[in-house]
Amino acid sequence: MHDLVQYIQSYLDSNQTPGAAGNIFWAVVYVLLVFVGLSIAVICMNWLERKILAHMQVRLGPMRVGPHGLLQPIADALKLLLKEDIIPAEADKIVFWVAPFIVVLAAFTVFVVVPFGPTHAITDMNIGILFMLGVSSLAVLGIVTAGWASNSHYPLIGALRSSAQMVSYEVAMGLAVVSAIMMTSMNESSTGTLSMIGIVQAQFAQKEWFLFKFFPLGIIAFGIFAIAMVAETNRAPFDLPEAESELTAGFHTEYSGFRWSLFFLAEYSAMIAVSSIAVTLWLGGWLRPFPNALSGSTWDLAFSLIPGLTFLFLAGMCFYSTARMPKHPLFRIQTMGLAGFGGVLALIGVVLFVPAVRVRVNDIFWFSAKVAGFMYLYIWYRGTFPRYRFDQLMKVGWKVLLPTGLALLIVTAVVGMRSELWAQVQEALH
Amino acid sequence: MNPTIAANPPVATAFFFYGLAAVMVIGGVLVITRKNAVHSAMALITTLLAQAALYLMLYAPFVAGVQIILYAGGIMVLFLFVIMLISIERAAKERQFNKQWLVGIAAAAALGGLLVAVYTTTSKGRMMFTEGPTSYVESQNTQAVAAFLFDRSTGMYMFSFEIASLLLLVAIIGAVVMAKKRI
Repeated sequence: MHDLVQYIQSYLDSNQTPGAAGNIFWAVVYVLLVFVGLSIAVICMNWLERKILAHMQVRLGPMRVGPHGLLQPIADALKLLLKEDIIPAEADKIVFWVAPFIVVLAAFTVFVVVPFGPTHAITDMNIGILFMLGVSSLAVLGIVTAGWASNSHYPLIGALRSSAQMVSYEVAMGLAVVSAIMMTSMNESSTGTLSMIGIVQAQFAQKEWFLFKFFPLGIIAFGIFAIAMVAETNRAPFDLPEAESELTAGFHTEYSGFRWSLFFLAEYSAMIAVSSIAVTLWLGGWLRPFPNALSGSTWDLAFSLIPGLTFLFLAGMCFYSTARMPKHPLFRIQTMGLAGFGGVLALIGVVLFVPAVRVRVNDIFWFSAKVAGFMYLYIWYRGTFPRYRFDQLMKVGWKVLLPTGLALLIVTAVVGMRSELWAQVQEALH
Repeated sequence: MNPTIAANPPVATAFFFYGLAAVMVIGGVLVITRKNAVHSAMALITTLLAQAALYLMLYAPFVAGVQIILYAGGIMVLFLFVIMLISIERAAKERQFNKQWLVGIAAAAALGGLLVAVYTTTSKGRMMFTEGPTSYVESQNTQAVAAFLFDRSTGMYMFSFEIASLLLLVAIIGAVVMAKKRI
């Protein structure tokens, strides 16, 4: 028993990821934490998407289930779980059954290497970014097999469409990623890294986010990635699988109930995954804003108060809405619920001010805040852009993003090697 | 060279090896015995993923990552693309095995002979390949691969690497030439 406690405690002083420390107990804890956190994020995202889209379209959005529709995602999840699970008679049962799980597995496994902080990752791999790209590309297999196993024309053609889209945008995405990886090698030893934690540390060492590195090269690479990642996750304006009105949905036409909800879950967690890649590669990962320019203990303290203040602000918004709730007796439970929710948020905010928590959670907060920014962008796109036609989509992928990515790769390499190239030219001249 | 494996106890235990090997063998057998081509492809994907895990056990994470991206994520998707459009009813009526016993036996014998040759020690106590733990640290694998390819002093595989990529280019051009009647 004592050994066990010591085993658990030994990790806390090791200042490593559980994977690097080889501590199985904490690795399991981290896996569970990431899984639970991700599920909560998907639930939040579901509610936020409806609400934000509704407000963009001057509607109210969900208002009935819980105060301001806060319980709507839970009601939806219950509905999906209780719905009849239909497998078409002519479907290939095994493949039909396996396909959603491939997609979900691919979407969740990538979070093994996502660095929420220098020590807050399940593990750090030497091939981190390759692992993320590789495993997330397995999702295509799930989509192809889902469409095929339904044994119906619409899903089959939809699957061909979605997978062609994902495969083509993967190429542009990879090129953008390579140009960011090349930037990690701008140090004395000129050794780059593929490790997710290493990439963020390289940005800290070089004192700038790769977004602003070699201006405007970093921004162009980020732009290519930002477009490709929306297409990669089949979201608006590239959401052909969801174009029910024109194309009869896509690969998941024959899926319903629980199995359909798995696709839904995978889509949202894949969105979070690609956003985390973008945040890690270009936006400094877990680093707070201006870690070099505004360094020192005073600034550290000031920035470490922001997580708590954010939650207190959210709590304040809740209390404001509580005060504005209709005073009718029918709304009593809803008003109490909203006040309770605000109370929980305020409690979290207060806990985040405790010094021990503050120091440990700071990096996770900044990472999540940046990812949340991307999630908002996703919703914003959906509210703003009209849907691309398939040939336009292919044209953007192959004729715009791919050549730009290739050119960018070469230019980044030349700019990164400019001093060495210059030395070679001088040598040749003399 | 002195084996320098990370300070952690290796996860590359016999238990995992036999598990992965069993998955690979079962997957491989399923690939050739399934009547349905999509099932075969999925069995092949399982085999390739287990192979990637074996590379991980050999402290070669870079090769494992490339295996997943290229084979499982790239090539097999294209395979499935083509197979999906085949009519299952017609494919099921096709003959599944060829009756080329002689060629088959010759190929199996050659492979078996190679396997024996790899593991036999000659009279001088030498083997075809040196046996022993890998000399690369897992956390340096990508860098080691890069050094073998590009480094000025140790980069001895640059030429063969470029030749291989040229081969791929030829394949791409060939596909375009064959598919397009008028260029």
